[in-house]
Amino acid sequence: MAQATATPTGVAPKTSADEIPWNPKVTQQRTVGDWIVDIVIWTILTLVVLAVLYPIWFVIIASFSDQTLVASGKVTLWPLGFNVKGYEMVFSDDRVWQGYLNTIIYSVVGTALNVAVTIPAAFALSRREFAPRRIIMFFFTFTMFFAGGMIPNYLLFRSLGLLDTMWVFILPSAVNVFNLIVARSFFESSIPEELHEAAQLDGESYYGFFFKIVIPLSAAIMAVIMLYYFVQHWNDFGTGLVYIQDTHKQPLQNVLRDILLANSTQTGNATMSAGQQQLFADQIKYGIILISTIPLLILYPFLQKYFNKGVMVGAVKG
Amino acid sequence: MVQNTGTGASAVSQTVDAGNAVSAPVVDNIAARKHQPLPVRIGRHLKLYWQLWTFVLPAMIFVALFAYVPMYGLLLAFKDYDPRKGLIGGKFVGLKYFNQFFQNPQFGTILRNTINIAVQTVAFGFVFPIILALLINQIHSMKIKSFVQTITYMPHFISTVVMVSLINIFLSPDTGMIGRFFGEQSLLAYPQFFAPIYWITEVWQHCGWNCIIYLAALSAVDTSLYEAAKIDGAGRLQLIWSVDLPTILPTCVIMLILNMGGILNVGFDKTFLMQNALNLPGSEVLSTFIYKMGIINGQISLSTAATLFNTLINFFFLVLTNFISKKFSDTSIF
Repeated sequence: MAQATATPTGVAPKTSADEIPWNPKVTQQRTVGDWIVDIVIWTILTLVVLAVLYPIWFVIIASFSDQTLVASGKVTLWPLGFNVKGYEMVFSDDRVWQGYLNTIIYSVVGTALNVAVTIPAAFALSRREFAPRRIIMFFFTFTMFFAGGMIPNYLLFRSLGLLDTMWVFILPSAVNVFNLIVARSFFESSIPEELHEAAQLDGESYYGFFFKIVIPLSAAIMAVIMLYYFVQHWNDFGTGLVYIQDTHKQPLQNVLRDILLANSTQTGNATMSAGQQQLFADQIKYGIILISTIPLLILYPFLQKYFNKGVMVGAVKG
Repeated sequence: MVQNTGTGASAVSQTVDAGNAVSAPVVDNIAARKHQPLPVRIGRHLKLYWQLWTFVLPAMIFVALFAYVPMYGLLLAFKDYDPRKGLIGGKFVGLKYFNQFFQNPQFGTILRNTINIAVQTVAFGFVFPIILALLINQIHSMKIKSFVQTITYMPHFISTVVMVSLINIFLSPDTGMIGRFFGEQSLLAYPQFFAPIYWITEVWQHCGWNCIIYLAALSAVDTSLYEAAKIDGAGRLQLIWSVDLPTILPTCVIMLILNMGGILNVGFDKTFLMQNALNLPGSEVLSTFIYKMGIINGQISLSTAATLFNTLINFFFLVLTNFISKKFSDTSIF
């Protein structure tokens, strides 16, 4: 308590003791009730973490296990009957490679366009002296709540000749308004006005200010926006379903759907029984789930640190 | 929350104008500019800001083309679609297709399913992230805190296709981790279990991610409030209830309004992928109906009418929640 009263309210120093909500140093003693609350909180959080981790872990170990043991429920914590047959089958399936390649192209080109369009627009909309920014912002946000939907989109894409081309994955999703708002909020809150004044004194135009000063200071937001868009492209399933007929242009998710959900695995051979084939198909499913998700899981730890405080704070304030 | 200035600014400039009219010794540039003819003002604006316009115009063009043109295409709901006349050609037929949609034998089921799934998903998808954020916020150690966050965000990045196959695998009878306890058939075969499976997996996948926003709000809690509450003898739960929760309430309200704007938007991808012949009575929703009617059966005008119906209901709920919230909590998005 002495520590708390010693510092004037509101300007408490940023010690770790002040940042956490329950600081044992501040009070004399914890009541029995507080201990119970503590135990309950830790139990719930442990269960939450396990509930998230275990299914993912299970898919990993099942993909390396003997499928008869998986099916009988013996595989629980570690792979049993270790083998990589599922992966061999996945890698020998041409559809997977084609889908993978398509998705990489769509995702990379798409994300490049997304960033090139979104970041400058967000910067312009973050400039307070830019008078029309309110009405332009409304122009964008309105589309979050009112949209034409699948059928008018289909007719528009058809008249533009986008159907069955890779551009249908890239052009219509060029601007995601939510990401635009996130980026704008970042620029508003973390580019100090003094920087702009200094740049103006140096005779910099908005171009100079943006490219020479703002961009180098915005690694965090660039990373986050890039990840959001990349994941959006990588996981896109609806576009391929509705607007693409040509199977060679289908992205990975649509190939996955054929293999995982429509059960059309080209597996096994005549000597296998139906049961064996089913088990084989299961192992392929586990393998392909991991292979399709690995790129995102690799990206994730690098970008994870940017997700927390700051980037999303201003987002919902519109 | 969002709106301010506007009226204030114009009021100020008017009083300045009045002052100028009487005494006029002070030259007020801002007021003077207001009296310039419009082309001059626009010219001056462009001279100063044309570079910002080049930044924002590409995004505006994309949105105009791919969001506003299809909105215009919604007019098809009132017309007989004619492929030769394109997006908005065809004869005006009034509410013919709306009547057709409302009289469709499936209409009742579809609307009931959509509301059922959406309301449960919005309600639970709103409450759980708040609870999780309040719990995570109670962790003292920064290391454990960021570990829990890292783990709980992860499922957000799983694609819908993979998510639905995980559901299938875990629920499959005999062999599935969960399905083996529920007899001969997969739980996905029962129409009545469709909505719970939908929202539970939705919460599993997005709860961690959606709590980021509340954690960010919680990091801004005024710590002196804790001290004050503790002096008053508040216990741990009381601190959460009377300090943490009120702090994040405005954020909660905004998230709720945004969610209500999508009340009828049961995710097309996930529903479509989870559907099978057996659960269809409980899983056919507006978006899947629109897809089947419009893209598969080619009933363009009918499915556009269904789309417009969907959008209008969403918009109505958005405006309604926003209005209620503005009235009672002074928080709104417009």
